[in-house]
Amino acid sequence: MTNKLYGQSRRTVLKSGVAAAAVLAAPGILRAQSPAPVKVGLLQPISGAFALDGDLARIGAEQAVKEINEAGGIKALDGAPIELVVGDSRSNAEAGAQATEDLNAAGVAGVLGGFASGIALTATQAASRYNLPYIVDCAVSDTITQRGLKNTFRFNPNFSMATDTALKNLVKLNDDAGKPAKTVALVHEDGLFGSGLATIMKNRLPELGFEIIETISHPTPARDMSNVVLRLRSLRPDLVIPSMYYNEFVLLARTMQQQRVKPMGVYAVFGGAASSYRFVNEFPEAAEGVMDCNHWGDPKNPKSAELKTIVEEQGKFYAYNTPINYSVVKVFAQALEKAGSTDKEAIIEALSTQEFESGVMPYGMSKFDETGQNTSALPLNTQVQGGDINVIYPEEFAQAAPVFPANK
Amino acid sequence: MYSPIIVAEALINGLMLGAVYALVALGLTLIYGVLHIVNFAHGALLTVAMFGVWICSATLGLDPYLSILVVGPVMFGIGYSLQRYIIGPASHGSDNNILLVTLGLSIVIENVLLAVFQSDTRTISTDYAFEVIEAGPLLLSYPRVIGLGVAIVTAIALWIVLNQTRIGRAIRAVAKEKTGASLSGIDVPKIYAITFALGCTCLAVAAGLLMPTFYVNPRTGAAFVLVAFTIVVLGGMGSITGALVGGLLIGVVESASSLYLGDSLGQIGIFLIFILVLLFKPTGLFGARQ
Repeated sequence: MTNKLYGQSRRTVLKSGVAAAAVLAAPGILRAQSPAPVKVGLLQPISGAFALDGDLARIGAEQAVKEINEAGGIKALDGAPIELVVGDSRSNAEAGAQATEDLNAAGVAGVLGGFASGIALTATQAASRYNLPYIVDCAVSDTITQRGLKNTFRFNPNFSMATDTALKNLVKLNDDAGKPAKTVALVHEDGLFGSGLATIMKNRLPELGFEIIETISHPTPARDMSNVVLRLRSLRPDLVIPSMYYNEFVLLARTMQQQRVKPMGVYAVFGGAASSYRFVNEFPEAAEGVMDCNHWGDPKNPKSAELKTIVEEQGKFYAYNTPINYSVVKVFAQALEKAGSTDKEAIIEALSTQEFESGVMPYGMSKFDETGQNTSALPLNTQVQGGDINVIYPEEFAQAAPVFPANK
Repeated sequence: MYSPIIVAEALINGLMLGAVYALVALGLTLIYGVLHIVNFAHGALLTVAMFGVWICSATLGLDPYLSILVVGPVMFGIGYSLQRYIIGPASHGSDNNILLVTLGLSIVIENVLLAVFQSDTRTISTDYAFEVIEAGPLLLSYPRVIGLGVAIVTAIALWIVLNQTRIGRAIRAVAKEKTGASLSGIDVPKIYAITFALGCTCLAVAAGLLMPTFYVNPRTGAAFVLVAFTIVVLGGMGSITGALVGGLLIGVVESASSLYLGDSLGQIGIFLIFILVLLFKPTGLFGARQ
């Protein structure tokens, strides 16, 4: 008598079971033939106040991973593909540290990103406990690389380098226009990034012949910018230098437009919105003429335009987070090639001693010094002109001449 | 240090910003006053209302102010359903249940918004957002002036509903003595749901007033809710007049202190007042003695 199982003979069921087991086992056999992917952590604010930045960063990083994998993966690791593991810092430092721990537990070979200084500070610290290689993307606070953490590298320029460039270009801008601007008002967010920048500005600007007539700090998120603008209206500075995140910059620029505050120039240093097409497209009048010194892809590299298209095809607005994260992934992939291993120590050794092509960023060959800072990192000066963002300084990357003073 | 015009403008700005704060606090205080619930989901519900206004503008091309007429009833429905089917049933256990439910709701709402709208920040561009009303030497923001007017009208309307209508009397009866109200034939769970819904409708009005000049992303409501809690305590928990006066007062204090101390320290003024009220008049400015 044949046992029937739901109308099938036992033999049939057994046969199909063996076949199913074989099918299930097959991917395992295939996997054994191709190298396991290298997990790479991307720590970004996917939710919270900076989520817009995290989202744009992710697009850049994913594009780089796609290109690397399509080109045959990491050749020194038998063509192992890169698998991006995204960690959400939820826009705050504590969650950033926790997400880094999670990425480590997920077995990543390194962590990239961080975005804001406060987050990068705790995340790199958390990564250092596991000697996990970490490359910072945008955070500018000098402290990040000054703590002697062997695992921490910063691809982008730090405060000091960025302000040096920003101030040098500001002096040139003013000199070329016949030195019309004499007084400055600083408006900055009160976190590590904005306050640190304001301190440097306050020390350096007077030496360069500018008088600082006001320094205004504000919290993030800010509910209102009316009083900041009222103070600006009352003091009539020639230049307004804002250092803040996107939403607050938009509030400031819109309120300035409303209250008819028109200085000779708005010269942002890491001003957030001035290097974002969302701002330019949504509020063209408020954005027109705004200058920024910020992370920005090399406009002469065709890849910059390609990345912009990729972002726009997803119905989003291009900003600096995309090219810089695209490039950070490319740098890490080169480090993996040079290390020829996913061993943390070997990757850190490669990052400490070798030179790397800088992806789409205008850094030439990137090299990290003994503190982990990329010595060739360079911010670019941009200006919103006729509804587009053009690079105005340095001249080798410039697409257009600056319009200054903006409101004659 | 500043000219009288600048100071006057700052104070008027504060009054106008305070009006919107007051509207957010109005819903919170109403819900507390009747249901005795500290609604932690209030900020998230404000975000929902703001997205509602944004959708009306983006898809129907509706003006943010007009969209209050659409978003208001929707928020009423959302508030009614939340109280009737989620918060109400959860309130039969310990008091902590409600706290956890509203807190959980805020997390769920925020994440649903994140899933639907992603983390992007959205704004509405209107012609009048940049316009100012020139009152002599003063430049008054057009949307803010409207905000002040609408907030006062809303508070008066709410007061009339509570004091002059049948449903309002029922709400007040339930707030005062739940069991007694129930014995005299008032459907208490229904009154609770209507009260919660009215609180959410206030948020729709606040959202309509905010959107011409502010932005919305899944976390936006959080920026307003802490100040709304402060206003509720300052004005007296459960007091409509307290929420309106407290809101306006907080707006003016924030504005004045941010003019003189900077925006970062501007919020110190708010919390200083908050502490002083707790020390010297714990029931708030218009609060009834417990």
